[in-house]
Amino acid sequence: MIKFSEIKNSFLISLWFMFLTFPIMVIRVNTIENTIEWRWNNMIFMGVGSFFLSFLWRYLIERKEAGKKKDEIGETTEIPLTQRILEDRRFYVPGLIVLSVLIVVFPFVFSSYQVNVMTTALIYVMLGLGLNIVVGLAGLLDLGYVAFYAVGAYSYALLNYHYGLGFWAVLPIGAVLGALAGILLGFPVLRLRGDYLAIVTLGFGEIIRLILENYNEFSFGPSGIANIPRPGFFGVEMSLNTAIIYVYFVLIALTLFTIFVVNRLQDSRIGRAWIALREDEIACQAMGIDKTKTKLTAFALGATWAGMGGVLFAAKTTFINPASFTFMESAMILSMVVLGGMGSVAGVIIGALILILLPEYLRGVGEYRMLFFGAALVLMMVFRPQGLISRVRRTYKFEGCKDARMQELRVKGE
Amino acid sequence: METILNVKELTMDFGGLRALDHLDMDVNQGEIVALIGPNGAGKTTFFNCITGIYAPTKGDILLMSPDGKCQRINGLKPNHVTEKGMARTFQNIHLFPNMTVLENVMIGRHCRTVSGIAGAIFRTGKTLEEEKQVAERSYTLLEKVGLESFVNALAKNLPYGAQRRLEIARAMATEPFLLLLDEPAAGMNPLETNELDELIVDIRDKEHISILLIEHDMKLVMSLSDRIFVMDYGKKIAQGTPDEIRNNPAVIKAYLGEDIDA
Repeated sequence: MIKFSEIKNSFLISLWFMFLTFPIMVIRVNTIENTIEWRWNNMIFMGVGSFFLSFLWRYLIERKEAGKKKDEIGETTEIPLTQRILEDRRFYVPGLIVLSVLIVVFPFVFSSYQVNVMTTALIYVMLGLGLNIVVGLAGLLDLGYVAFYAVGAYSYALLNYHYGLGFWAVLPIGAVLGALAGILLGFPVLRLRGDYLAIVTLGFGEIIRLILENYNEFSFGPSGIANIPRPGFFGVEMSLNTAIIYVYFVLIALTLFTIFVVNRLQDSRIGRAWIALREDEIACQAMGIDKTKTKLTAFALGATWAGMGGVLFAAKTTFINPASFTFMESAMILSMVVLGGMGSVAGVIIGALILILLPEYLRGVGEYRMLFFGAALVLMMVFRPQGLISRVRRTYKFEGCKDARMQELRVKGE
Repeated sequence: METILNVKELTMDFGGLRALDHLDMDVNQGEIVALIGPNGAGKTTFFNCITGIYAPTKGDILLMSPDGKCQRINGLKPNHVTEKGMARTFQNIHLFPNMTVLENVMIGRHCRTVSGIAGAIFRTGKTLEEEKQVAERSYTLLEKVGLESFVNALAKNLPYGAQRRLEIARAMATEPFLLLLDEPAAGMNPLETNELDELIVDIRDKEHISILLIEHDMKLVMSLSDRIFVMDYGKKIAQGTPDEIRNNPAVIKAYLGEDIDA
């Protein structure tokens, strides 16, 4: 039953919201006729809306608290729904088939605008997965990730401009340069962690951007570099439309490659060392893990994907300038990782798709787009701070173990 | 008996504070040695110095590995000390809370395995074989400490006593010949303490790992140790067998204070 106090609370909330939104939602000054319009019906909408939403909000909070309590007692033996779907063959085999058909058919069904949007989203999936190594697995908060993205993009643009190198030649070079930049950043920050690390990486990102903006002889400054060729296909001439579809498929292939590598890395010896480093630095070292080496590999491998993403970005847009590599980009990529679920590959993919596609498709609601987007992020962090899909550790099965457990059960049963 | 750890004149200064003052100590092969002393005597600082977490101000720490090599390990990084064959547990538990119990132990195998990034990506035969061995050995260790039913549980969800035993298993995974235990029985109930007593003796007798432990539980210390070192204010005030220590006036003074009448 709904209690009287709850109704009172909701009523107060709706009053407060009506008051807050009064200046922007109700008053409108008509500057041509010098009159003021009073839109009182907007105020009623606000009041009724916030009255009911506050109920929903309270219900969701309650549910979350209940879940947390259960967690503390240790009652949550059930596996989360997403995990069950991901692991059950009956679901994920048909799911994968449908998904791959969709991926293949997509560019031929939808307009090249849609394909372009999806290509951008895929670049961010790659970046998100790369940053996931640094932030999600190794726990090193990197706010300057976009610097490596810029390194990749400019290495393609400049190598092409000066030496005429093609996309496929520069792709591995971009990856290596990205990794080297990662190590370059890694060395000075080896001793730092947490907030201090975040500040230094933030500075690093800005330094790279400012160099690109001001070192005109090297990077052509704010005017950027134009006429960067799209990826070639054995010298075949392509129309613009075909080229867009081709870039899309190149990205699909590279994204699959990224998923494959990241997936294998996270359950390997190196991946475990990264996670141990995140969990407890002192214990990690005391157990014989070389902190320096582990941190540097995390930075280098994370930056590799940013380097490749940068090359792809330059090839896709055919024009780059420093304005594409602002701190906002780093923040976006970091949000993808956090929103999707730190350390979870599926989570980061979904996070990246949501964060890129949502603002794009919200263009329909015009100027409210960023408002909706912000609200979605805030709600997400309130109700699922662990991200959309939380990471589940790999389980191991042992013959002996199963038996031991069975015996124990049998003893208890008798 | 062969000495495997030999500490000479170890001194550690924190600014003006002398936490360890010319401390001498040694551990022989196959011994269980205890280090006791009132709170703040410098026992954990001593552990931190010999495991490389702190670099000592003065003195020598010599480690004799079973193959007969004698090395000075002052100022080595903690991971190198572990590689040399001396592993430790922590006074306030330092597990990897969000990793599974098995993975915690597998981390201990890190310094005894070699596979790298390329191996992980291509899953070469060598890597797969190594991974299998790591998992199996870690599982065997979990069986030894009695945690095999928790293999896939997250470490943070284990009961307190089990977390302590997991720390021991993880340290043993690094293949040490000397194991340092920092208050292994802290916070355990009498039953758990008894089990721990058996476990420690087992590690010494079956695994042939010598043990140096810090402990406040006198019953455990007296029943386990072959020799005891007593510290107070950074200095060694006594050493000897449990019986000698029990009747040593300096030790009684350190623990109970001086008799005013005397």
